[in-house]
Amino acid sequence: MKYLLLIYNNPATYEAMPEGERNALFADVDRIMDELKNSGEFVGGQGLADPSQSKTVRVRDGVPAVTDGPYVEAKEQMGGYLIVDCDTVERAVEIAASWPDAKYFAMEVRPIMGTAGADV
Amino acid sequence: MSVEDLLRREAPQVLSALTRRYGHFDLCEDAVQEALLAAATQWRSSVPDSPRGWLLTVASRRLTDRLRAESARLRREAAVASTDSLVAPPADEERPADHDDTLTLLFLCCHPTLSAPSQVALTLRAVGGLTTAEIARAFFVPEATMAQRISRAKQRLRGAGFTVPPGTEWAPRLGAVLHVLYLIFNEGYTTTSGPALHRPDLTREAIRLARGVHRMLPDDGEVAGLLALMLLNDARRAARVRPGGTLIPLEEQDRASWDREAIAEGVALVSSALTAAPLGPYQVQAAIAAVHAEAPTAQDTDWPQIVKLYEVLLRIAPNPMAALSHAVAVAMVDGPQAGLELLDRLDDASRAALGHRLDAVRGHLLDLAGDAAAARGAYLAAARGTTSVPEQRYLQARATRIAQEFPP
Repeated sequence: MKYLLLIYNNPATYEAMPEGERNALFADVDRIMDELKNSGEFVGGQGLADPSQSKTVRVRDGVPAVTDGPYVEAKEQMGGYLIVDCDTVERAVEIAASWPDAKYFAMEVRPIMGTAGADV
Repeated sequence: MSVEDLLRREAPQVLSALTRRYGHFDLCEDAVQEALLAAATQWRSSVPDSPRGWLLTVASRRLTDRLRAESARLRREAAVASTDSLVAPPADEERPADHDDTLTLLFLCCHPTLSAPSQVALTLRAVGGLTTAEIARAFFVPEATMAQRISRAKQRLRGAGFTVPPGTEWAPRLGAVLHVLYLIFNEGYTTTSGPALHRPDLTREAIRLARGVHRMLPDDGEVAGLLALMLLNDARRAARVRPGGTLIPLEEQDRASWDREAIAEGVALVSSALTAAPLGPYQVQAAIAAVHAEAPTAQDTDWPQIVKLYEVLLRIAPNPMAALSHAVAVAMVDGPQAGLELLDRLDDASRAALGHRLDAVRGHLLDLAGDAAAARGAYLAAARGTTSVPEQRYLQARATRIAQEFPP
């Protein structure tokens, strides 16, 4: 089963962090990425640019309106994502719990829909 | 026979011969894959007179290269191997052990130390002769991910003997092999859309492998039962999905498009297995599929017979899915209320295991019972619970149809 792990954080928190702590956090990320690649669970994932670079697009009456900034007004924004292929949801939660952002903010685990359909 | 089919047929034979001779299953498997890839390009112009001999020679050479690159201990073993037995046997040498060796290979790939996804991947590569790229595409993961999964599975098998499991271990180990073949089959069978052109036909592959096991173990009722179950389900494959990926329930399928030849073969297989061998869950499921397949119309379905078969299944191999299907069959015989009462009696563990499927069946039975509002609620709950796009569309369509027929 594939899961999308949404990484939520507030870039300001990391900006204010002492460099040593920030580097330790990046080292944690590298270690987990290696672990997921070695276990054959890593399917994909990327970090996202700062939310200030987001554009939100709405189309009303056929007219697109583009505004700067994220769709949802909040201090915490999605900062990146992972896609993992795990045997159980418990394992996906375990991976999320090991990701450093979970300590400061939160990770969200969402099952990914598939195109296979059992008999109905 | 196409080059691809020829290679897929020879792959397990060559791998078995190599593993039996040198051990080191993981290295042998890599060597055979390299030989297969070499053959796939070099045989395009002309196939050698002895394909198996060619593959054995090339794979043995690759293996010695690999062994030389390994530790000093392995290097000594390679030296021994290269002096005494690197000459491949002629291709027409049909050793009687060849067929048993494919089974030994299946037992190894479905070893209990591996997780089910690893067993599936390794079986498709080592026994099915698929490339890592093909398996990765079939499971919608990057090739590097699948390569890592297969490589880890092979590492775990270091030290596992290349032998057929003895005595009391035989039945559970064969059960694991059959389960893996069934998983491969379902992976293909449940496909409703997507990049079908790039997806190897897992259904056909599972049937091919099951046929192979049946040829090796013709008296095993469960092997025959599994093959029959695959054939009977596969016979309906073209009828179960509309263009665009919408699922069609059994009672609405165009029975004229069912594959009569596959049905005849499946029915014959399960009939002889049921009379000749001890009863097992695959045979009973195949018997149920046969009852459906033999009904000329949905209305002609022999539901009392299906109820009886599910009762047998629940006695010999109780599981929540069988209990759910039993409730549906009972509803067809004694009315929806009887089915709903059976659902109410399911224990918490079964409910948790069934998840959205329980809501979907409840919706169906409430719909039959005429409770439109409750049926709609159950269908919507099921639609929110599924992770399958075609199932979700089907369930939402049911809920919408009820809302149109019975506005709240």
